[in-house]
Amino acid sequence: MTGYLFILIGAVLVNNVVLVRILGLCPFMGVSRKLTTAYGMGAATTFVLTMGTGASYIIDHYLLMPFGLEYLRTISFIVTIAALVQLTELVIQKTSPMLHQVLGIYLPLITTNCAVLGVPLINVSQNNDFIASLVFGAGSSIGFSLALILFAGIRERVEAADVPQHFRGVAIAMVTAGLMSLAFMGFAGLDRY
Amino acid sequence: MDGILYAIAIMALGGVVLGALLGYASTRFKVEGDPLVDKIDSILPQTQCGQCGFPGCRPYAEAIAKDEADINQCPPGGDENIHKLAELLGKEYKPLSEEHGIEKPKQVAIIDEKVCIGCTLCIQACPVDAIIGAAKQMHTIAEDLCTGCELCIPPCPVECIHMVTVVDTPDTWKWQKPGTASRVIPIIPVMATIQSEHA
Amino acid sequence: MKLFSFKGGIKPDPNKTQSTVLPIAQAPLTSRYIVPLHQSVGGTPRPTVQVGERVLKGQRIGEADGWISAAVHAPTSGTVVEIGPHIIPHPSGLATDCVVIEADGRDAWIERTPFDLDQAEPDAVRDYLRDMGIVGLGGAVFPSHVKLSVPRGKQVEQLIINGAECEPFITCDDRLMREQATEVVQGSLLFGRLLNAGKVLIGIEDNKPEAIAALKEAQQQLEAPLEIVTVPTIYPTGGAKELIRVLTGKEVPGSRRSTDFGVQVFNVATVQSAWRAITYGEPLISRIVTISGAVGEARNWSVPIGMPINVLVKLAQPRTDMDGVIMGGPMMGFRIPATAAPVIKATNSLIVHAPGLFPPKPAELPCIRCGSCAQACPQELQPFELYWWSRSAKFEKLENYKLFDCIECGCCDFVCPSHIPLVNYFRFAKSEILAEQREQQIADAARERHEFRQERAEREKREKAERLAKANAARKAEGKDLSAAALSPSPKTAPANDPDAAPDISSHPDQASTPISMDNHPVLDATAKQAAILAATERARLKREKHAGKSRDTTH
Repeated sequence: MTGYLFILIGAVLVNNVVLVRILGLCPFMGVSRKLTTAYGMGAATTFVLTMGTGASYIIDHYLLMPFGLEYLRTISFIVTIAALVQLTELVIQKTSPMLHQVLGIYLPLITTNCAVLGVPLINVSQNNDFIASLVFGAGSSIGFSLALILFAGIRERVEAADVPQHFRGVAIAMVTAGLMSLAFMGFAGLDRY
Repeated sequence: MDGILYAIAIMALGGVVLGALLGYASTRFKVEGDPLVDKIDSILPQTQCGQCGFPGCRPYAEAIAKDEADINQCPPGGDENIHKLAELLGKEYKPLSEEHGIEKPKQVAIIDEKVCIGCTLCIQACPVDAIIGAAKQMHTIAEDLCTGCELCIPPCPVECIHMVTVVDTPDTWKWQKPGTASRVIPIIPVMATIQSEHA
Repeated sequence: MKLFSFKGGIKPDPNKTQSTVLPIAQAPLTSRYIVPLHQSVGGTPRPTVQVGERVLKGQRIGEADGWISAAVHAPTSGTVVEIGPHIIPHPSGLATDCVVIEADGRDAWIERTPFDLDQAEPDAVRDYLRDMGIVGLGGAVFPSHVKLSVPRGKQVEQLIINGAECEPFITCDDRLMREQATEVVQGSLLFGRLLNAGKVLIGIEDNKPEAIAALKEAQQQLEAPLEIVTVPTIYPTGGAKELIRVLTGKEVPGSRRSTDFGVQVFNVATVQSAWRAITYGEPLISRIVTISGAVGEARNWSVPIGMPINVLVKLAQPRTDMDGVIMGGPMMGFRIPATAAPVIKATNSLIVHAPGLFPPKPAELPCIRCGSCAQACPQELQPFELYWWSRSAKFEKLENYKLFDCIECGCCDFVCPSHIPLVNYFRFAKSEILAEQREQQIADAARERHEFRQERAEREKREKAERLAKANAARKAEGKDLSAAALSPSPKTAPANDPDAAPDISSHPDQASTPISMDNHPVLDATAKQAAILAATERARLKREKHAGKSRDTTH
């Protein structure tokens, strides 16, 4: 049981998918202008990434490994995830228009998110079992959401600040992201204890 | 050789299964209507003036939602509206397109009641029923309801309708934003200071 | 009695002693009075007099428009010489419609009849106070009769009469309580009776011992069942919400009314003027104004409403280097745009400004988020957050920080080490948000009307088609009879959906979209209308040509 907890904490904080592994930077920079959209994107990614990691584990273990087709991982994972995202969007749109409003345009965006492909690939390379895969997927996506929401909160404030002319916009966002990344490096010390 | 065949078979199988699943879902979970149109429509100023090239605000909202119209075609909404639309749709801000008109202060139409002949043509033109009157009777405009769309001006055969700018009253007057102190650090050319010291 | 306290607040230099030495003086008659019609919160009163009409002192010149509105009256007898826009004491510097009265010097009262409280219905009392123009004289000028109507199912447990007068320089309520203590006490009892209040409390700051003594004496004489409570001197105890907090411990959020919590608050001058209106039939035509600052003789004056401020200020012997007048106190007041503006019901104090009276405000520096403003805020807000989002015009954020709970008392301005004019930022943000809400309301109404119009056009089209079909069916039946008689049955006679088959209806094609004219004139002839339009166009063209010819002639 503690093993799963370590996987979870490790995925959320120590090896944060955005700030330490530097994956999924496009949504991190792109949809962090407003706090509300960051919440939506975080929720959508958490959902898709957890599902995607589980689904890709099943594909890998029961379809690719028995036939020795590990070299097809990348392509089959991305197809699976893309289909999953589409399916999820259709179902959500029908069953819960409210949630669809919140997740809105972010669901299709996730398809091309490198974090969503990267996490299942890292997952299979770590030889996790099924439950551990789900925990790892959930932890990574929670880490992604955490970084995204924190960053959006900071950016909203920075937008209202007296930033020197030449630093406005993406430049100051990059500086902020760099500082956040430095801060998250500090969690690397957690595994000492 | 077997490996390739397996690979092709598995990818084909995956493609067929996922494709079938998506195809089924898209018919099974079909939704009508577009909530985006309502959101766009709520931003538009509802003057119903048609300056955007569409017959009213809602048709324009529908066109924006379908990506058939640009977001910068609404002169009454002005700059503020374009910013709001850009934010809602995640598009880049553009200045108001000049071919659709320029942003004017809010106006209302006034009928010169001495000249009006009661032809009812303006009543037919008014998109918000803000003109009161009957045939061969003098008409008048309910100023509170007038959106300032100017649609009643061209039909008037006797040119008795004029636009007047709405003036601020103490109740509608807005406080100015306090002037933020400029925090510019003056840059003095180094040569100039050296020269002045030597002089 | 157990007192509570509110968080924050400040202790500015009171500067009250200068103007409390001398008693209230009656301002002498002047030649012209400018009475703005819109002097209270709510609807603008409609003028009931005409230019050239003679009016008597106390005659109603503007009647209340709607429930939230209050009448205005002539401050003296004379002639109405103008009804038109004049500058009023408002930070905007804008003009509104005023009734200008040229005084005849006789100062003759209209006939005054006391109001019989025992015979009257409760609603009649409120209508009477509205017609007497009684509004809150503490500065907010909210019509008092509205505050006297308690929502159904609510009970006023405590009626608070506000004599705190916390703002520096202002002493009009202090002098009133000293000189008219009996009337204040009787007015308080009157409002307690009208509201059926469980308890009546008069709250006074402890820096006015003379006023407290005078009121206590009056209370003993009248054996009045009310309590006079001394509260500590902290700015802004005189704010309604703060006084409620101090006296009852109840906290009223910005979105709710104090009656929801069983409390109502009136100013001492308001209850006194209401009592006079009921006992003597005197409408609200004058008020007490403190004049202080850079003047030779700081004191309180009883001033007719409508007296030009420059005339009034001259009475106080202003310093020769005066450069402006502040209406209200130094914390919440504003520099009036022109001293020709009249005294209005909201004018509780005029501070004559001259260089050196107040130290000039140093330049605004960046906010360092020290939090001094949050500690000083009596409403327990976070002014530095409000400032951050007001300045960057991100108004939707301000909702979370409760901008509309701000009472604009100026405590945050006072303590800010960066000299940021915080309240001005909040006023800016508030007026922008209110304007946006107004625009949204207008847009929503326009959308509704447009949709309704489209629906109606559709319905009419449908009805027309139905009528057409009916007419055709009728004709077909008729035609059958005819054809039967004439023995010439043609297979091609009038298909049911042929519009040409019904010329009597479709000859008015434009009537389908002229619903109003059609409703009123079902038999209007289209050709006659066309002719009228043509004639009018011709007239307009001739007129234009004539006009053009004339202007050409004059240029030659």
